[in-house]
Amino acid sequence: MEKPLTQNIRTDGEANDLKAYEKAGGYQALRKALKMAPQEITEVVKNSNLRGRGGAGFPTGPKWSFVPVGKDAPHPKYLVANADEMEPGTFKDRLLMECEPHQLIEGMIVVARAIEADVAYIFLRGEYTLAAERISRALAEAYDSRYLGKNILGSGSSVEMYLHLSAGRYMCGEETGLLNALEGKRANPRAKPPFPQISGLFGKPTIVQNVETLCNVPHIINHGAEWFKSLSRSKDAGTKIYGASGKVKRPGLWELPMGTTIREILEEHAGGMRDGLKFRGVLPGGASTDFLVEQHLDVLMDFTEVQKAGSRMGTGTMIVLDDHTCPVGMVLNLEHFFAQESCGWCTPCWSGLAWTERMLSAIEAGRGQPDDLEKLAFQTRFLAPGNTFCALAPGAVEPLQSALKYFREDFERHIREKRCPWRS
Amino acid sequence: MTLVYIEKRPIEVDGDRNLLDACLSLGLDLPYFCWHPALGSVGACRQCAIKLFRNEQDTQGRIVMACMTPVSKGMRISVVDPEARQFRAAVIEGLMTNHPHDCPVCDEGGECHLQDMTVMTGHDYRHFAFPKRTFRNQYLGPLINHEMNRCIQCYRCVRFYREYAGGHDLEAFGLRNIVYFGRKEDGVLENEFAGNLVEICPTGVFTDRTLKHHYTRKWDLEMAPSVCAHCALGCNTTAGERYGLLRRIVNRYNGELNGYFLCDRGRFGYEFVNSERRIRAPRLRRDGKSEPVSKVQAIERFGRLLSGNDKVIGIGSPRASLESNFALRALVGPERFYAGVPDATGRLIAAMLAILRAGPARSPSLKEIEHSDAVLVLGEDVTNVAPRMALSLRQSVRQQPLAEVAKLHFPLWQAHSVQEAMQDAKGPLFVATPYATRLDEIATETYRGAPEDVARLGFAVAHAVDAAAPAVPGLPAKAQAFAQSIAAALKSARKPLVISGAGCQSDAVIQAAANVARALCGGERVAGLSFTLPECNSFGLTSMASGGLGDAFQAVREGKADTVIVLENDLYRRAPAAAVEAFFSAARHVIVLDHLENPTTAIAELVLPAGTFAESDGTLVSSEGRAQRFFQVFANSGDIQESWRWLRDAMVAAGRREVNAWQTLDDVIATMAEALSVFARVPEAAPSSRFREAGAKIPRQPHRSSGRTAMLAHISVHEPKPPEDPDTPLAFSMEGYPDQPPAALIPFFWAPGWNSIQAVNKFQSEIAGALRGGDPGVRLVEPPQTRNGSYFRAVPAAFQPRAGQWLLVPIHHIFGSEELSLSAPAIAELAPKPYLAVHPEDAGELGIKIGEQVEVSVEGAACRLPVQFRADLPRGIVGLPAGLTPLEGTGLPAWSRISRVR
Repeated sequence: MEKPLTQNIRTDGEANDLKAYEKAGGYQALRKALKMAPQEITEVVKNSNLRGRGGAGFPTGPKWSFVPVGKDAPHPKYLVANADEMEPGTFKDRLLMECEPHQLIEGMIVVARAIEADVAYIFLRGEYTLAAERISRALAEAYDSRYLGKNILGSGSSVEMYLHLSAGRYMCGEETGLLNALEGKRANPRAKPPFPQISGLFGKPTIVQNVETLCNVPHIINHGAEWFKSLSRSKDAGTKIYGASGKVKRPGLWELPMGTTIREILEEHAGGMRDGLKFRGVLPGGASTDFLVEQHLDVLMDFTEVQKAGSRMGTGTMIVLDDHTCPVGMVLNLEHFFAQESCGWCTPCWSGLAWTERMLSAIEAGRGQPDDLEKLAFQTRFLAPGNTFCALAPGAVEPLQSALKYFREDFERHIREKRCPWRS
Repeated sequence: MTLVYIEKRPIEVDGDRNLLDACLSLGLDLPYFCWHPALGSVGACRQCAIKLFRNEQDTQGRIVMACMTPVSKGMRISVVDPEARQFRAAVIEGLMTNHPHDCPVCDEGGECHLQDMTVMTGHDYRHFAFPKRTFRNQYLGPLINHEMNRCIQCYRCVRFYREYAGGHDLEAFGLRNIVYFGRKEDGVLENEFAGNLVEICPTGVFTDRTLKHHYTRKWDLEMAPSVCAHCALGCNTTAGERYGLLRRIVNRYNGELNGYFLCDRGRFGYEFVNSERRIRAPRLRRDGKSEPVSKVQAIERFGRLLSGNDKVIGIGSPRASLESNFALRALVGPERFYAGVPDATGRLIAAMLAILRAGPARSPSLKEIEHSDAVLVLGEDVTNVAPRMALSLRQSVRQQPLAEVAKLHFPLWQAHSVQEAMQDAKGPLFVATPYATRLDEIATETYRGAPEDVARLGFAVAHAVDAAAPAVPGLPAKAQAFAQSIAAALKSARKPLVISGAGCQSDAVIQAAANVARALCGGERVAGLSFTLPECNSFGLTSMASGGLGDAFQAVREGKADTVIVLENDLYRRAPAAAVEAFFSAARHVIVLDHLENPTTAIAELVLPAGTFAESDGTLVSSEGRAQRFFQVFANSGDIQESWRWLRDAMVAAGRREVNAWQTLDDVIATMAEALSVFARVPEAAPSSRFREAGAKIPRQPHRSSGRTAMLAHISVHEPKPPEDPDTPLAFSMEGYPDQPPAALIPFFWAPGWNSIQAVNKFQSEIAGALRGGDPGVRLVEPPQTRNGSYFRAVPAAFQPRAGQWLLVPIHHIFGSEELSLSAPAIAELAPKPYLAVHPEDAGELGIKIGEQVEVSVEGAACRLPVQFRADLPRGIVGLPAGLTPLEGTGLPAWSRISRVR
């Protein structure tokens, strides 16, 4: 089983430095890409069927093709690595950045060439201090070796790359909120269209791409689109870093073929539930995805299949709910987070999430009212996609709407017994 | 126009608009908060949700935000769709979760957009059962009250304040449902247009603090269309009164002029009308004592002073109406009527009007200024002299970048997308003034120089545009290069504009401005040339007076006159005190008509109480050359009446039969229009007093005026007959024509379901377009069709500092430099204390320190002032605040001497 993204990651938790990275074949993709025309790079990635790993699964190659290229294109153009990994339960990009920072940098340089970007930013979650340290070091090494800066390896191609530490807001993970934050403004989302490819950072064409997505690019360049597609067990190409947290035996991350089943990930790789606990449900792709339950365990973890099951693969990092944990408490915890992180821009989000959190909090504290479930259900419809300005609130109510479906009895017990049954 | 289907019915709408704008333009009721016609769409509040259907077969549809959805051909939408309605009600309920529902004690109550929209959505029952967030409110100065608990987070305040008005000290802090809109710390809001927050805010977060001192609900106000008297731009206002007190001013939309916004001087300067210094009864000086006399006695006395007296002269006023000035002119005769302004100012204004009349450049409206794409400001501190124009200029610098953004193919009403694409790009704006101005921060480049040097730069720009314009000998290379770059920017613009005015009191500056504008006119292009004038009727007065104050002084000095009638004018602000005193003591009789006590009324033999703009009707001609009618807001109390009426009464008393025909304002206007061809179109400025809609007058009071029958119940339970208004088609009543009157007569904006000022939507032919029937006002000056005239050729010599002398220039202040508003307490609070501004190096030469008192003497007058440093002043030039020092009457700029006070 091939694990292009993680195969060279050291077992001691240290990062590969430039030498080690190069020794394992690093920066060969860049050398190859420098000899390719920008459109050729985009074409290969398009053919590879690479889809964005940040959660939405937007096809990567087609996304780049909206960026104006050629001599009439506006400059500077920007590439931004979305490394603001703030989705609860998600820590896959952290591994890639802490242990293989050059893979990200190489991927970014290649993408920068594909879209003729002049400047690249790594927008890093502020708490990722270790990643920040290692990326900084890697950037310095890359500059020293002329992989970055003016006239990269004598190719005539240039790109400046900067590390930017986020001040820390979930909203910054939304690409347009990220761009505003990077401009030093409130991390409110922007209206689309215009898309960032046309008017992005500082009003210039910009591509924002998740870390894992970018890390895949050098391997696609090295081995080709067909190879990339062959890695997968499903229609969506490549490998995927899956993760599991919650009360499983071995929480962690695993790079597996795209389309591995939930059961395989949870039972074989995460070792199943801890002794004495039973599986009740799972948020397949981070906190902002719908619960899946027992009946869904054989669903293939890819963008298409998880969606068919009524959820989203999201970041592919699962949060597992067991039978000793209160589902209401868990959802309350999540909604508290989302309510906190609402940027305050659109009414349904700022008002609806705060209201939702308060109702859940009342239910969990034994002060729930019989019609609260109806009101909660209303909020989940009120905060549906399209009703809000960005995807934060629709994502935020996904675990709630599915919890109301799968764990309704637990909510009702709270209200009926005027207490949380999980608390003595 | 584009065909769309609304509720399955085909209808044509403007294809460049968004659906909210289109629906409102059609007169449909669709609630909104974050959208504003001047600010565009940002999609924040989600209130204007409607249903959009894919095709005729689609019955499900999806919810879209009308404000964020462009009109497209054949699209099918529904406003009344049940799901859309439910969603809109839920949005209201959501944004009300933190609203305190304190309408009964909220100043906004009764004219609150949030109330209106809540009723419109049908949300009436609260389900939210949890505590509301609370905030601490801030002190934001004497003009604006802050009550953050009412906030619904629509972001309109910061968008207007920062993005539209260029303010820096109002921000959105925090996030989620706890966003705080305020300053970093308590303090006076710095922006000159902060008062618009009162109208921009859809609820009671920002309210009029001056209104708070004498609060009245909108529905209890008696209101009339008015014109701002606090500068020459002629912004349209709505003034409201109750119980004889003028309560407040709000914006009166005029698509060509002020649009949706006023400046703070215009909005908050009104309180002079309620001043304790108001003259409310005639006063006669007998044996050195001034005593009140009855109206009859006063008129009789006035008549006697006139009859058989051929030595009467009249001093007109740039702050009095055309009609009052004309009545005085008729009384004394054209040759004996003098503009009550210094001769130099009068000549300067006359020169500006002559330039505008000769063409080829055209005086633009504020809307046209907003759409100019390259601007040169020559010698004017626009923000402090003609404030509302500065707001238009802040939009004009967006024009060129907007043209670039338009190439990205998304709708330009998408305000934040435009802003993100545009970033900090600004179109060309060049500011050449003697001292730094607020517009410098958005200027492409600035130039500091004495008036002569500003003029020389202007002449050089004109020469660079057209070599036929005179060259400027000996111009420093740097200024030459600057002139070249200004010329290049103006030349490549589609709608170039030159702004100048009386700010420098320099003929050379306005001639230079005229040359630049002339040079830019050619082919299809007509350059704009805007002269800011000093006062609200400077244009009108100058158009009818031949001489200035100096000529009047001379007439008395030479014994050609011995009786002086001063109309609404404090001559101590117009000439040195000694000269005024000599004038008055040489005259045997001085009759003064005015509304506020001032040094001139103190000296008069006969003082007559004149109505302010709120107690009289009349016409003002703006600096654009637009004649506009203002209407009496409330019936006069006591003996106060319009100046023209006092003058008419006096003429009648003196046996002047020709004025017996002057029964109403219309009669005065008709005589004036006939006598002076420049005013031929003034009668068209508004419908005459005989105008009726459906046989009825237009009511000044909203039909819901609740206290009407109770107001005087403690005196009599019988409702008194409303006062007559012979002069206008408006009635001092709530009874009359219930629907929309012609644009010039709109006493207040109200429509069923729209109690806030945003009811203006219903009065426009299309959103943000002209008022129905056309925006009010008639232009009295248009450049001739044929191009004639020639360049001014008198290029001045460069400024030479003088040893031991300092050129004293006026520094204008939005709060303080204008006479009337300075008598409004809130404005007075914001006015600077008198000072002398000195360049630090000049101060070093003089051996003076900051704060030290110096004596400034100029042409026999002197006063003591504390020194402030201003490094932006050119060397050799000092400045003092216009309108605020005893030296006001001295014609500035003038050479002064400065000495330390020991």
